[in-house]
Amino acid sequence: MARTLFEKIWDAHVVRDLGDGWALLHIDRHLLHDLSGPPALAEIAKRGLPVRNPELTFAVPDHAVSSAPGRAARTFELGGRLHGALKNYAEASRIRFFDLGQKGQGIVHVMGPELGLVLPGVTLICGDSHTCTNGALGALAFGVGNSESAHALATQTLRQRKPRLMRVRFEGELGIGVTPKDLILHLIGKIGAAAASGSAIEYGGSAIRAMSIEGRLTICNLSVELGAKYGLIAPDETTFLYLKNKPFAPKGSAFDRAIEYWRTLFTDEGVRFARDEVIDVADVAPTITWGTSPEHTIAIDGVVPSPDDQPDPEDRKAFSAALDYMGLAGGQPIAGTKVDWVFIGSCTNSRLSDLRAAAVLARGRHVASGVTAWVVPGSEQVKRAAEAEGLDGIFRDAGFEWREPGCSLCVAANGERVPPGARAVSTSNRNFVGRQGPLARTHLASPAMAVAAAITGQLSDVRSSESCNPLRRSPVPLFPCCRQMSIPT
Amino acid sequence: MIVRIERLTGNADLGHYAFEALRYLPDGSVNPDCVFNQPRFANAPILLAGRNFGCGSSREGAVTALMAMGVRCVIAPSFGDIFFANCFRNGVLPIVLDEASIARLADSTELAVDLEQQSISASGKAFHFSVDALQREGLLEGLDEIGVTLKGADEIAAWQSMDRVQRPWVWQTEKVEV
Repeated sequence: MARTLFEKIWDAHVVRDLGDGWALLHIDRHLLHDLSGPPALAEIAKRGLPVRNPELTFAVPDHAVSSAPGRAARTFELGGRLHGALKNYAEASRIRFFDLGQKGQGIVHVMGPELGLVLPGVTLICGDSHTCTNGALGALAFGVGNSESAHALATQTLRQRKPRLMRVRFEGELGIGVTPKDLILHLIGKIGAAAASGSAIEYGGSAIRAMSIEGRLTICNLSVELGAKYGLIAPDETTFLYLKNKPFAPKGSAFDRAIEYWRTLFTDEGVRFARDEVIDVADVAPTITWGTSPEHTIAIDGVVPSPDDQPDPEDRKAFSAALDYMGLAGGQPIAGTKVDWVFIGSCTNSRLSDLRAAAVLARGRHVASGVTAWVVPGSEQVKRAAEAEGLDGIFRDAGFEWREPGCSLCVAANGERVPPGARAVSTSNRNFVGRQGPLARTHLASPAMAVAAAITGQLSDVRSSESCNPLRRSPVPLFPCCRQMSIPT
Repeated sequence: MIVRIERLTGNADLGHYAFEALRYLPDGSVNPDCVFNQPRFANAPILLAGRNFGCGSSREGAVTALMAMGVRCVIAPSFGDIFFANCFRNGVLPIVLDEASIARLADSTELAVDLEQQSISASGKAFHFSVDALQREGLLEGLDEIGVTLKGADEIAAWQSMDRVQRPWVWQTEKVEV
């Protein structure tokens, strides 16, 4: 029988069929971070239960750690306690812990793929809704709550109900200045933040096939902003090449054997999805959010929508409240809006290719006066690689702060926040009310658009002559969708 | 936002901080215009909500914060998936109901929810709702999922032995140098 990629991985992990679409699924990888790890570990400790498979469990502090240069665990006091709790539990349970300053530390959804912990065909959980990021490698990866995390620690399994399956195909070639972030923001704006509730989304199409793994991670990262617990992409040669020589990926003949299996992980011909969407990539412009939901998106050369133009009364209410919070008016062009803060980082856009794309635009320019601009690399490994290429120098010379890896301003759980009323362009994934700090105003965008905003001091079209020259004169494509990237000299 | 993630990093009273952006003014005083602060809704156990309620959040703190302010049942047109599952695991009943029916519930003076009958009564009118059988049973009986699963530990061990042979690469993690 024809099966989807999702079903093939699901079926391979059923320890017991519980009926009615429910199954007891084996969990191959369990990642713990400083915020969700300690309560789950405390829960099983309280019951006197051991961690069943510490060799499949990995811990890393990211959410509540300071990103200040030279930071230590205690730089943010509250985070220091969580860090200590996670570290102590991990040591007691023989769980591998990637500590601050060590290779391997970073945002959990950045370090997992880069260490080869995430492999095609595995099931992977983490107490974090952006765990769907990891589906970019062809894994069945999903976020869980503390109770589920505790269940998985004690049993290495979870009771799950099979979701509906949705497919989104991105077809065509990306225009200049358009990145994977723009594709996924465009999709959310088009179909809505609850469009994929109860679903798993499989992404495909020619634009995905041509995209690097880092670009695919960005796409899958925002699946949960469509309501989907899972996003995934069939593994292909790009995936295998990415995984080769990653620390936790198989080596030698084991790698060949694994690839043989991974090649069977695709959706068979003739499968019908509950919903099937096609996006013509040529229609997508650099995209930015104007409101307080990731579905509030417009092209950077567009105008802010008016509540009065919305046919649905719920939308009218939501749009009014969002505009009020954001300090914007319906009908105004979004470009030209003054910006106070810029944040380049998060599990969406903090990988080496993101930082390269940002550095290309930042090189030889300077952050506008009155703008605070941060670059927070996604992991220790990203940080070291970026420094080896001199990206940190480019950012510093341009007036950006170059910081230590962690979640930082995306979630503002580490004492760092955008001040009340300040307007931020952020490469992260959520623009909810108060997300980056009480009364902080967030515009989600790509790293390139974030730099354009930092340099000009306002929301700016990255394709405009002011911000885009380096793109046009670049000898090679510069965006994460492209397999080869380099900095023009 | 139901509760700021910052509030989950300490031992804060989550009931106080649930919906803080709505319930309190910027200076920290109680916002009299917020529906949560109206005396007739004090400690109301049923929350009528809008679309995609609890979207995005995987934190059970969002559910415990609701519980701490007295909410035991949330009725909305749609929910975030992880939040929805977390509700059941913490004794909160999430009910999916169409927007028109929710508007009618909002117009009635008193609501009662009966999980066994899967019915909401609102000023004399009854509204049926569906709930997954396994999750309903879990709520009604307070099942200990970990305990139940551990009874099948042999089955898990057998699956793992088989998998170690079929996908050895998944299991070879211990001597890896980063």
